[in-house]
Amino acid sequence: MAEMRYREALNQALREELEADENVFIMGEDIGVFQGAFKVTDGLLEDFGEKRVRDTPISENTIVGAGVGAAMAGLRPIVEIMTINFSLLALDQIINAAASVRYMFGGQVGVPMVIRMPQGGGHQLGPTHSHCFEAIYLHIPGLLVAVPTTAADAKGLLKAAVRDENPVIFIEHEGLYGKKGDVPENGDASPMRFGEAAIRREGDDVTIVGISRQALTAAEAAETLADEHEIEAEVIDPRTLRPLDLDTIVESVKKTNRAVIVEEGWPHGGVGANLAALIQEQAFDHLDAPVGRVTGADTPMPYSKPLEQAAMPHPEHVVKTVLSTFRDL
Amino acid sequence: MAEAKAEEQQQQGEADGSDGASAPAEEDRSPEERLPVDPGEHHELPDREHCEEILRKMLLIRRFEERAGEMYTKAQIGGFLHLAIGEEAAIVGATLAMRESDYLISTYREHGQALARGTDPKRVMAELFGRQDGVSKGHGGSMHLFDIEKRFMGGYGIVGGNLPLAVGLGLAADYQETDDAVVCMLGDGAINQGNFGESLNLAALWRLPVVFLVINNQFGMGTAIERASAITDLSKRGDGFGVPGARCNGMDVLDVKDELENALRKAREDRQPQIVEAVTYRFRGHSMADPEEYRSKEEVEEWQRRDPITTFGDRVKHEEVVSQDDIDGFDEDAKSTVEEAVEFATNSPFPELDALYDDLYSYSGEEPGWYVVDERAPETHKGEELKTSSSDAMRELAEAGAAYAKVGDAEERRKRPDPEEGEEQSSGPRDEEGGAH
Repeated sequence: MAEMRYREALNQALREELEADENVFIMGEDIGVFQGAFKVTDGLLEDFGEKRVRDTPISENTIVGAGVGAAMAGLRPIVEIMTINFSLLALDQIINAAASVRYMFGGQVGVPMVIRMPQGGGHQLGPTHSHCFEAIYLHIPGLLVAVPTTAADAKGLLKAAVRDENPVIFIEHEGLYGKKGDVPENGDASPMRFGEAAIRREGDDVTIVGISRQALTAAEAAETLADEHEIEAEVIDPRTLRPLDLDTIVESVKKTNRAVIVEEGWPHGGVGANLAALIQEQAFDHLDAPVGRVTGADTPMPYSKPLEQAAMPHPEHVVKTVLSTFRDL
Repeated sequence: MAEAKAEEQQQQGEADGSDGASAPAEEDRSPEERLPVDPGEHHELPDREHCEEILRKMLLIRRFEERAGEMYTKAQIGGFLHLAIGEEAAIVGATLAMRESDYLISTYREHGQALARGTDPKRVMAELFGRQDGVSKGHGGSMHLFDIEKRFMGGYGIVGGNLPLAVGLGLAADYQETDDAVVCMLGDGAINQGNFGESLNLAALWRLPVVFLVINNQFGMGTAIERASAITDLSKRGDGFGVPGARCNGMDVLDVKDELENALRKAREDRQPQIVEAVTYRFRGHSMADPEEYRSKEEVEEWQRRDPITTFGDRVKHEEVVSQDDIDGFDEDAKSTVEEAVEFATNSPFPELDALYDDLYSYSGEEPGWYVVDERAPETHKGEELKTSSSDAMRELAEAGAAYAKVGDAEERRKRPDPEEGEEQSSGPRDEEGGAH
């Protein structure tokens, strides 16, 4: 184990996978000479050269499409989109090509590629640079979706993503890049499996599922609930949304009889909406209260600092929503 | 040919304003005035064997398309059906210039491309029929044929959607240090998609071996080229991206082949992507659901006089390389190949219903987590469980859904009636919900 930042863990994963397989290469805007808008690709151009670490023009749709074509011909591309907001320009290639190729061509060819991108608000970047779109990608059959929260998960899941035969939307969080955590070292020991949730905190009273950075918000809220309200929350970080470790979540809800889902994205059609539906389908008889949700505000992200913070979920929102599930007892 | 000629045309166009915004409306022009075909260079006929190959391939495509159109009107083929009748020279000329190891990637008008690359016509027809033995196992349909063995990397339903993929194929060829090249076919409609500029730029920037072949059939669906493109000499459209272009006569198989050979050589040897415009014409509507109100019968007839198969046939007869009897024989062979394809497709079963989730994901073994949620039955299931589940409810509901296909129960789906007995339908949209693209 070594302590390092989330961005360093990602960098280490990229480095190890580039070393492990000649067919792995990285491309994206400003990832080479500039070393990444968030410095995730720091030093990679120097160490691996221009063939493996490729700066691209600002052409999101074509960068993704070129990755799909290269993957269909046997390479294992890792495409970096500077932020998830720009990935909207690439939705055609992500949905109509990456997600569909294996299925629509009867399995003759696959698309083993990773599309990495950070999301999230909190940096006063306003309505076009702050959103969380994991729900959009979760919506698409054919894609896998990872939302790592810790440095260790960032590394382990990125390595697993590169080795997966399916196209993976790998969603990082701008607010997590600087967070430190213990990370297993040395290549092969550390890839993780998709579809395995982490139970961050055990508890018997309520299940809180936190998505992406909101797994941390959930954990913080859980401490307050224990300290101030004598409520022991079980905090689950699904780590990947597709495949989803629904079994772990449902097991937990069967134990606690209450569930609250926390996400930074929008409420309508959100990850929480989906998860609430699945939980009530699978564990209706075990629920003592409606499934609660905490989401970002149902607006484009405002710029002004107080407004922006008001639009985002915080531990206080989670505590309130959890308490509401106990209201009638 | 073509560079010099195309330039001359362009200059002429600039001089009389016929290329710009002041162009007269298409209905004001005689058929001959609408994109006059440059006859191209005179190419010597190849030897008899090659002439035969060309004729056989063009005839196979023509007969296949005609029969597919008939099968569509008999409701054996669903969805949209885009026929390439009239474009055979562009397809065959281009594919003959390619090596077997080169990649071909195409649009949704791509039955002929698959056939020209050597995909079994039986499996192409079975795909159009939505059958289990189709090239894409019934998941793709007419617009999404694919054959990895022949390096036919697919038809794509989104206009211009294949261009970035072509760049990726070129990148792979380059990365793997092979001398494979890519031919990316697009229509004149794709020229104005944002992908076009992005893809040409990236191909040129990275010096990838890609030839963008614009099959200019002069209409993006029902919109004539001059009503959609400010610059109608599409071979020029790569200039600002560092992709040099040439125009060829898309009704002359030898001119297309020659131009593609040049372009592929430059792409392969000089690592310089190319654009080639083949000016052609589709004799049928955009799809089977096209009433063709945007062009005159006279115009279509004018272009039919340039029929690529007839003109090539006339020439080989005139030069006494191949006789009319020979051609009749090739045509009979093509027709019987297509008949066999129809018979094969007819007898191929529909996919089993539990193939619904096949080939959506690649699984490595013991997979934790839910990949696919199936919400068609009262209880939530993993979609993959359709295959293994003992849930009768799921199975019953899959059958209930499939019944809306009006092809009877599971037994009947495996045993199809003779298509000749099918009811004749209009060539318009199938039902009120059916669009016309």
